[in-house]
Amino acid sequence: MTTTPTAADSIMGDVPDGRFGRFGGQFVPETLVGACQEVEHEFRAAWADEAFRGRLDGLLRDYAGRPSPLTLCDRLSDELGLRLLLKREDLNHTGSHKINNVLGQALLAQRMGKKRLVAETGAGQHGVATATAAALLGLDCVVYMGAVDMERQKLNVFRMRLLGAEVRSAETGSRTLKDAVNEAMRDWVATVESTHYCLGSAMGPHPYPFMVRELHRVIGTEAREQCLALDGRDPDVVTACVGGGSNAIGIFSGFVDSDADLVGVEPAGGAAVGRGVAGIVHGSTSFLLQDDHGQVQEAQSISAGLDYPGVGPEHAHLAELGRARYESVTDAEVLDAFQLLSRTEGIIPALEPAHALAWVSRAREELAGKTVLLNLSGRGDKDVAQVAEILGEL
Amino acid sequence: MGTLEKHLRERRDSGRKLLMPYVTGGITDDWLDVIRAYEDAGADGVEVNIPFSDPVMDGPTIQAASDQALRRGTTPRTVLSELRGLDVSIPLIVMTYANIPFRMGYRRFVEECIQSGVHGAIIPDVPYEEMDAWEEAVGDADLDTVMLASPISSDERLAKLTARSRGFVYGVNVLGVTGERSEVGTWTADLAGRVKQITDLPVVMGFGISSPETAAAAAAPSDGVIVASAIMRLLLDGGSALEAGAFVADLRRAIDGV
Repeated sequence: MTTTPTAADSIMGDVPDGRFGRFGGQFVPETLVGACQEVEHEFRAAWADEAFRGRLDGLLRDYAGRPSPLTLCDRLSDELGLRLLLKREDLNHTGSHKINNVLGQALLAQRMGKKRLVAETGAGQHGVATATAAALLGLDCVVYMGAVDMERQKLNVFRMRLLGAEVRSAETGSRTLKDAVNEAMRDWVATVESTHYCLGSAMGPHPYPFMVRELHRVIGTEAREQCLALDGRDPDVVTACVGGGSNAIGIFSGFVDSDADLVGVEPAGGAAVGRGVAGIVHGSTSFLLQDDHGQVQEAQSISAGLDYPGVGPEHAHLAELGRARYESVTDAEVLDAFQLLSRTEGIIPALEPAHALAWVSRAREELAGKTVLLNLSGRGDKDVAQVAEILGEL
Repeated sequence: MGTLEKHLRERRDSGRKLLMPYVTGGITDDWLDVIRAYEDAGADGVEVNIPFSDPVMDGPTIQAASDQALRRGTTPRTVLSELRGLDVSIPLIVMTYANIPFRMGYRRFVEECIQSGVHGAIIPDVPYEEMDAWEEAVGDADLDTVMLASPISSDERLAKLTARSRGFVYGVNVLGVTGERSEVGTWTADLAGRVKQITDLPVVMGFGISSPETAAAAAAPSDGVIVASAIMRLLLDGGSALEAGAFVADLRRAIDGV
């Protein structure tokens, strides 16, 4: 089913009813409906409040280090036969784009009088970011993390604890990100009166997909201005990795009304959009890896941050509209890209954005001579031990 | 009025407290015997769970029961087809999460429920705001959709969800997920009272009821109780259908004494 948009500005605008075409919604237990409505109401009020926006912008600038730079990759561009620009979200405080969202949500929690944050994390980046924001604002913080991911990302577990957060292991199901989301939702059902669920991606029940996109819109807004300043024009292609899809939705939002092609890159073992089967889990309708009976399947990816069987509902909608397209890459291609960027540009990327680079590298003929903007959503320090184990001695 | 609601109203109006034990479809080979044992023990209806991989409203015991059933190869179709041959006279209510009927197709799922002799459905992650498509699929089929009421539902929300609930209103005793608790908290009487003020549908309380004492305490201000985790733990620990029935008989005696 494909729908033709009536006007470009109707895409990625306000979402008054929580629906992105046939996707989205608020599929949560009755106990959480009121809390979701409160988050929506307070977020809309805060977003229209200059004092709130000023405080957030101040933190993004003075604490997180925004604006993040735009880097033109000379050597890698030559090697690939195209022109590669990186949006350097890896240079933000805590090492990824996740800080944009958590600073906004932590300030919102404070505004709502909630003293405790609960979050899920896959690779640990969102967990570290949430623990950081909680420490900054003096909030209690509990992070749920799959037991498998805790093993893969020991350093981030230590970081979160160092920041004063409690890390709780999700021991059910695949013991990865999906199960951490389940546990965070179970916590929230029991603690909703005192706790804000600081969801880490552009997924979940309304208003989260909308709110998280708005909090990451700064990526796309900055990048558009930076591209114009550098080139006097928009890039030909904007690409980003997609698990739940928050960094991609952030950069896409700045270019949705441009002529740039938008390309999301999923892991081959977790290509929810690629498989294109709709389902309902974690609060919204979207594309979902599942079996014929509706049981959610486990995603398989080298990158803990993309190990999620669903995808944010707005990505499903953009795919169905044809405004964005979604490609997938294998773990082996990702490992090559991880090394390629390290060697040619002196930038060790996180495994997640290495997915987007893996696609650029594979599609180099199609992209020949074009300007490609890639959202480098995180730095690779957290992944070095894991990659060293896989590659052995270099 | 649907078969489920008519049956429960009659029993409630006769002065009886309602007892609705739960079973995870496919948890053991003889799970249909568990339902028969419930009937023999004086149950007024049975909540049959179609297990889902990601049950976010459920605590560790029901998660383990779901996992055990799924590992045994249980699917929505095996649960519903096994129910077809079941020879009990009390109504059956399926409980599952939205993606199970969504994947099958709401209309198809409703048809399969009807063919299996099911008269009610509980889908906890479909609040009334998301209910239109489901209600349309149910149409005038004899399948009552039971809505959950939370202790922190506003009066406005209680009025709206009660207006759309059929069969009974499922009152949630706690803020939190399913699982045994040592006592019934203060939410129970408050919520049961608030719901009873706006509807004469039966109001049946669930979550956290683990013993004859907690069953009696929750049944007192309401029309009855749903009991799940305590029985599923018994079955997970290797207990038989007869032992599950004996536990339900204890609960029956406790609420009959209220």
